[in-house]
Order: sequence, then C-alpha cells, then structure tokens
Amino acid sequence: MRDDRRDPPADDRPLVAVVDYGAGNLVSIDQALTAVGARVQLVRDGADVPKAELLVVPGVGAAAPAMERLERGRLVEPIVDWIRSGRPYLGICLGLQLLFEGSDEDGAETLGILPGRTVKLRNAPTLPHIGWNQVERRRDHALFAGITDAADFYFVHSYAGVPTGDDGEAAILAETEHGDRFVSAVARENVLGVQFHPERSGGNGLRLLANLVRWSVALSAGATMGALPIGAGGTRGGD
Amino acid sequence: MLRRRVIPCLDVANGRVVKGTRFVDLTDEGDPPELAARYADEGADELVFLDISAAPEGRGTLLEIVERTARRAFVPLTVGGGVRSVVEMRDVLRAGADKVSLNTAAVAEPTLISRCASRFGRQAVVVAIDARRSGVEGAAPAWEVVVKGGREGTGLDVIGWAERAVDLGAGELLVTSMDRDGTRSGYDTELLRAITSRVGVPVIASGGAAGPSDFVAAVVDGGADAVLAASIFHRRIHSIADVKAAMAAAGLPVRGAPVAA
Repeated sequence: MRDDRRDPPADDRPLVAVVDYGAGNLVSIDQALTAVGARVQLVRDGADVPKAELLVVPGVGAAAPAMERLERGRLVEPIVDWIRSGRPYLGICLGLQLLFEGSDEDGAETLGILPGRTVKLRNAPTLPHIGWNQVERRRDHALFAGITDAADFYFVHSYAGVPTGDDGEAAILAETEHGDRFVSAVARENVLGVQFHPERSGGNGLRLLANLVRWSVALSAGATMGALPIGAGGTRGGD
Repeated sequence: MLRRRVIPCLDVANGRVVKGTRFVDLTDEGDPPELAARYADEGADELVFLDISAAPEGRGTLLEIVERTARRAFVPLTVGGGVRSVVEMRDVLRAGADKVSLNTAAVAEPTLISRCASRFGRQAVVVAIDARRSGVEGAAPAWEVVVKGGREGTGLDVIGWAERAVDLGAGELLVTSMDRDGTRSGYDTELLRAITSRVGVPVIASGGAAGPSDFVAAVVDGGADAVLAASIFHRRIHSIADVKAAMAAAGLPVRGAPVAA
C-alpha cells in the first residue's frame, strides 16, 4: 500500500485519500483505484488528511465500532468538514451507512450528513445479503456513465440506509431488490454513496470507479455537476 | 434479483495450486493469482482459496499469495484452511481476503465464530462444515460433522452444528459432502436442503460436482445460494460459462450468463 510514499516525482495521477480505520478490504480498494489511474493515500489520523481530489470511506461491519475507531483516529470532524466544504466524497457500504443520522444495528449515532437511518433489510430471503445483484437507477449520474441500467454489482451487508424527507428522497440514485427494495446508491451534490462494493465488482466496478475519479477531478476543478459528460467512456454493457 | 453464484475453489499447498482428491495425489496446477485471474475473467462470481499446506511454514506464503491474488482479481475472495484465531483472521483479511472460512478450529472452540464475527462483522465469517452421512439405512437421513479434511469424526450432528454456527455469528455456510467429494456423483442435495430449510444465511454447496446439471440441482433441489467446484474447472471439463448457461436455462438468475438460444 502506498501510505509511506512521500512526494513521488512528477506524479500527476489524481490523489484519492482512503480512510483506514480497520474496517474493510483496503488491498482491493487500493488496487482497484490504482487500476483506474488514481494514486491512493491511506489516512489513519485526522491530522493527516491530504489535499486529495476525493475522500473515500470504505468499510464493512457494524456502525458503533466503526464510529469508535473513527473517533479514536480523530477522523470524524475532518470527514464532516471535508463533506461540508463541498469536496468529493464516496462512502462504500458502511461508509455510505455512516452518512445517515443513526443505525438500528446497534443504536449508534452516525455522521448525520443525510436525513434518515440505517435499518435491517426487510423481508430478505437470506441475510446477510451476499452476492451479485442488480443496481436499478432512478436517474442518470456521471457515476454510472457507460454502465447499463440494472447491471450487477457485489453486495455483502444486512443493513441499508433509508433516506427520509424530500431531501433524502432526492438523494436516491439507485435501488436494489432483496426482499423489499432498498437504496443501493445515493448522490447529493459532492456526496456519493454505494451500498455495493465497486472494488469487488469486476468490470462494472472498475468502470464506476473510473467515472468516479473523473467526476471528482472535474468537481475539484470547479466544474458544475450538470456539465459533466454523461455517457463518456463507451457504452459496453454489464460484464 | 440476487444472482446464484458459481465459485471455483483453489486448493493451495505451499504456495501453489494443487489438484487431486483433497489430500492425495496432489499435482501442481500453477500459480494461484494466475489461475484466480483467469477464473475471474471467465466469469467466476467469487473465489475460494483453501490452504491445505501440511506444514506451518506454508502459512506466510499464503498471506503473500492472498495479497497478490487480491491485486489481480476484482471479485471477492474467501480464504480458509487452518485459521485458528482472531489475529490469524485479521492477518488474512489485511492481506486482501474479503471473507475467512473457519472449520476445524471452530468445531474445537465455537466461540471463535462469535469473536471473529464481533470483530470483523458476520459477513466476513464463513463456517465450513464437512459432512458425512451417519444415519442407518431406512431411517431418517443424518450427517456427522467431520474435521481435519474428513479424517476425524466429531459426533456432532451437522444440522445442529449449522444452526449453532449461525447463532454464533456465521454469515455464510460452506457445506461439503465428504461422501460426494471427489466422486463426481453430484452434490448431496438432501444434505443441502436439510440445512437451507433451517438457516437464514446463504449456503454454498460443495462436493461432488460432475456437470452443469449438478449445479442446477444444488440450487433447485438443495436450496443453495452458491455452488462451488474445483476439479471440473481446473481440468477444464466444464467452463464457468457452461455452468451458468445451464443455470440460466433452468430459470436461475446468474450474472453475465450468455442469452440462452
């Protein structure tokens, strides 16, 4: 992993800061982002958040221990500040759930960026929800450019965020069915979240991460989101 | 809709993929990351590595291989074989595994399941159960949990152990029929159904696959969420695409299946 790297010479790859708080598979995130042309720096302490194009909070597992570990690393405030300042953010799985106000899993209070709570999947035939499932879009977004609607991505979770109110509803980007439908992707301005694991989702996942990096660079450079190229990168279907 | 998964299993000994009936007649089959990348390209929905190194010195090599594989194949990776503690599980996850499977150590010390689940989340804990038929002819079927690669009986009833493992925090069960393993006579769908009708977590079927119709039966008759096989893929007897085409033709949801003609 590239956490020990200092000022690589003439490296103009976009920098992605990935929060390392002991939850989730960092090898695969590092490798997948590297594969799409980004450079990854792990962040273990809130004092060390670099000037990056994008902040990623990955993670699997329960909310309470995750919030504890984020607090121990003095990471909560820097993450919230990052989001509030309008810089690009992606939450993956638990990193999406933490954006809501709280979690039913263990009663944890979470970051409260998005209105709503994380609740157990309802009427699910199996739990945890493990495997490839279809991500059905409610609207277009640069994140899914070149990816067919209802393409398969890899999930592993038992809980998911339920956005509430008009603001929450408006943030819903995609849904997935396992028992009842649940929200599998959100997007509100600079904040993106996916319940699935793009870093483990083969070609579709790499395409999404490539879109993400491009979107982040454009957003960091001050482009308006509406001006982002929507079908860039070809239209090859789901893998 | 959630797809039914097809999972090639790679037996790894001392840093190499080996083939053979689990512990005998092992032949070298190549570099694990190479084979893993090939299977991922061919449509594997996940990969399972089973470390069957006899000697503990093989373990360090395993972590290095897990990391090299995680960097090559962008599909989930489960690693099992000889993981005995929370610390060992942590090391395997850090190396890039998404899930760890526990077997003999969990039977010996069931709280290992709950300790691992509370540290890493139940979705990362797969409990592997090796089952052997134990019932008397004519009576209701029963299976005994066996450990150490099938060489040692435990007296534990498979169904009871499966339910207990889930209660303790197993997020998934990998169920191998030791009666069928290596025989190419099909999965033990009766065993699978006995378990899937009693637990709510996904069950991975293992042991006995000969052809695509066996994968279909494991899901349709056995209720399995995922189906694992080793030798028929290694020996290229059937491709992952063949298997998925058969599953799709049977009306099962699979990822990336060719459209049936």
